Amino acid sequence: MIEFRHVTKEYEDGTVAVHNFNLVCESHETTVLVGTSGSGKTTVMRMVNRMVDPTCGQVIWDGVDVATMDAVKLRRSIGYVIQEGGLFPHWTVAENIATVLRLEETPKGKVREAVFDLMDRTGLPRTFADRYPGQLSGGQRQRVGVARALANKPLLMLMDEPFGALDPLVRRDLQNEMIRIRDEFGVTILLVTHDMSEAMRLGQKVVVMQEGGDIVQAGRPQEILERPATPFVSDLIEAARF
Amino acid sequence: MLEGAFLWLADPANWGGNAGIWARLTQHVVFTMAVVVASAVIAIPLGIAIGHTKRFHALVTLASGAARAIPTLGLLTLLALMLGIGFQAPFIALMVLAFPPLLAGAYAGVESADPVTVDAARAIGMTEWQVVKSVEIPAALPVISAGIRSTVLQVAATATLAAYTSDIGLGRFVFAGMKTNHFEETIGGAILVMALTLFLDAIFKLIRRITETSMRKREGTIAHENQA
Amino acid sequence: MTWIAINIPEIVSLLGHHAAIALPVIIISVMFSIPIGWVASRKRRLGRPLIAGLELLYAIPSLALFVLIPAIFGFGLRSNANILIVLVVYGVAVLVRSCAEAFDSVPADTRDAADACGFSLWRRFWAVDLPLSLPVCIAGIRVMAVSTISLVTVGSVIGIQSLGTLFTDGFQRGLMEEVVTGLVLTVAFALIVDLAIVAIGKLLTPWTRSR
Repeated sequence: MIEFRHVTKEYEDGTVAVHNFNLVCESHETTVLVGTSGSGKTTVMRMVNRMVDPTCGQVIWDGVDVATMDAVKLRRSIGYVIQEGGLFPHWTVAENIATVLRLEETPKGKVREAVFDLMDRTGLPRTFADRYPGQLSGGQRQRVGVARALANKPLLMLMDEPFGALDPLVRRDLQNEMIRIRDEFGVTILLVTHDMSEAMRLGQKVVVMQEGGDIVQAGRPQEILERPATPFVSDLIEAARF
Repeated sequence: MLEGAFLWLADPANWGGNAGIWARLTQHVVFTMAVVVASAVIAIPLGIAIGHTKRFHALVTLASGAARAIPTLGLLTLLALMLGIGFQAPFIALMVLAFPPLLAGAYAGVESADPVTVDAARAIGMTEWQVVKSVEIPAALPVISAGIRSTVLQVAATATLAAYTSDIGLGRFVFAGMKTNHFEETIGGAILVMALTLFLDAIFKLIRRITETSMRKREGTIAHENQA
Repeated sequence: MTWIAINIPEIVSLLGHHAAIALPVIIISVMFSIPIGWVASRKRRLGRPLIAGLELLYAIPSLALFVLIPAIFGFGLRSNANILIVLVVYGVAVLVRSCAEAFDSVPADTRDAADACGFSLWRRFWAVDLPLSLPVCIAGIRVMAVSTISLVTVGSVIGIQSLGTLFTDGFQRGLMEEVVTGLVLTVAFALIVDLAIVAIGKLLTPWTRSR
């Protein structure tokens, strides 16, 4: 379970990205933060693996304040997926997937085995192992990104617009794959998107955000669809339909 | 030895006359400018033409690569053996040095013009020459002037070597001092060349600052008029 | 051709002197420029003026530095230390901007992903920043290497042995053949070193080949 308690992020130049943000994300569930750009959703997500440290307030993961944990160790234990996968262009697919395993100095034989296993599970042909990211399609790169994030068997995955750069059919494919992986691994997911239909499809809890990290509405997808709290929320839903 | 050099520089006797510091300094500056102007007159139009037609750009890459590899001292001595110890040999050798950066600057400047703008200019019915004149050259100006600046500095610095074969420029002090073991003269000459290049650099910075502020002012007035 | 035939041992020895100056200078300049470029890329407020200052050094005539550096530090005009220091100063002045730009060219997303995967700063430098900066870095190293090889010849006017000696000697004795030999060998040497750097670069960046 992840708890945000009165979290505020103010940058040095005085801009307030997030103001007094409170939220609980249940374990083994997918929580989706959805909102327009500038809503602070990415900032909130990046506080969990301490890519951003809050100015005040706390982020609690299973009872422990992440601020008390070593940032490098914390990050190795959390899967992180961004648009286009954020792959290392100078490493092969296998090396990319093995990133965290190699950082943790896992024995080589085990790494190879784990990489093939992850490629199978994320729908990547094993023949891709020695290719470079530049030789893959956008959808394939995204699968590698997901495989890399799953390598260390994380309890928690953070995903920042993971399917944003893909065309609609590939996106649909990967979203279904995501749901399968979530159910198979029982992993907790915090996902950020600006696409309401994606939020509805993937989220078990959907959090609609507005400028400055204001939560407009949070709840099950069905609740939000049936009773949008404000015109802003209904606009987002309308925009997703067409 | 540095003190000796400063004493040499401080001695008014070394400044006057046909072979004095003032005379050598003037020679050095005039020679540098003449070389850069002579190169620019050919290199810049050529660079603009190559950038506009997008043909022969391999020529630009080749020229700038080759020019870096050719040691100026070698070219200088070869030309001096062919043409004699007049000013022609260093003039041509330094032109070979100055040509590629000016060519590359003009070419890169024109290349940097936004292709969408160029396309739009053609679409509203500009002739090729109008495209060059009113779109590509204005876009290229900052890169061209940066190219001129670095070329002037490089030529002014390298012109010191001209004195190895010809009786010209501040390099004379450096070589004369070495030949006669008067190292204070050599070092004094070196200090003068260094001061000159730093001075030229400062002048270029000043010019850039003035043109930038005047451009900003002009843009400011336009914005103001638009508001009113 | 007769002059060349008689003087082959002398020419080879000068080529050796030339290489013995140029190659260490190139390597030392790279070793200085990469960390300076990395710092300049990370700390812009410190980096920009640092790079501008180093570039100004390049505007100082090499001949002037060859004379001034020994006068300031008090060692011999014709000593190895003199030519090494002067040429490394130029090498760093030429290369450091490329290195800073090379580290700037590492995609922010990739760097971010590395942080999120749990790389320490030190480890990220070796595993991500440095290899990804190599293509731009190598372009800069090529420029620096070629201009260093050409600059070594200037040392000959203060009596430092190199292929440049063929210029000064040939000029004084009126031997065009000797000067041309020097020119051809200097350009050829620069070309060979350039090709070697390209080859090393290809070897170090296998991912750029397969697109």
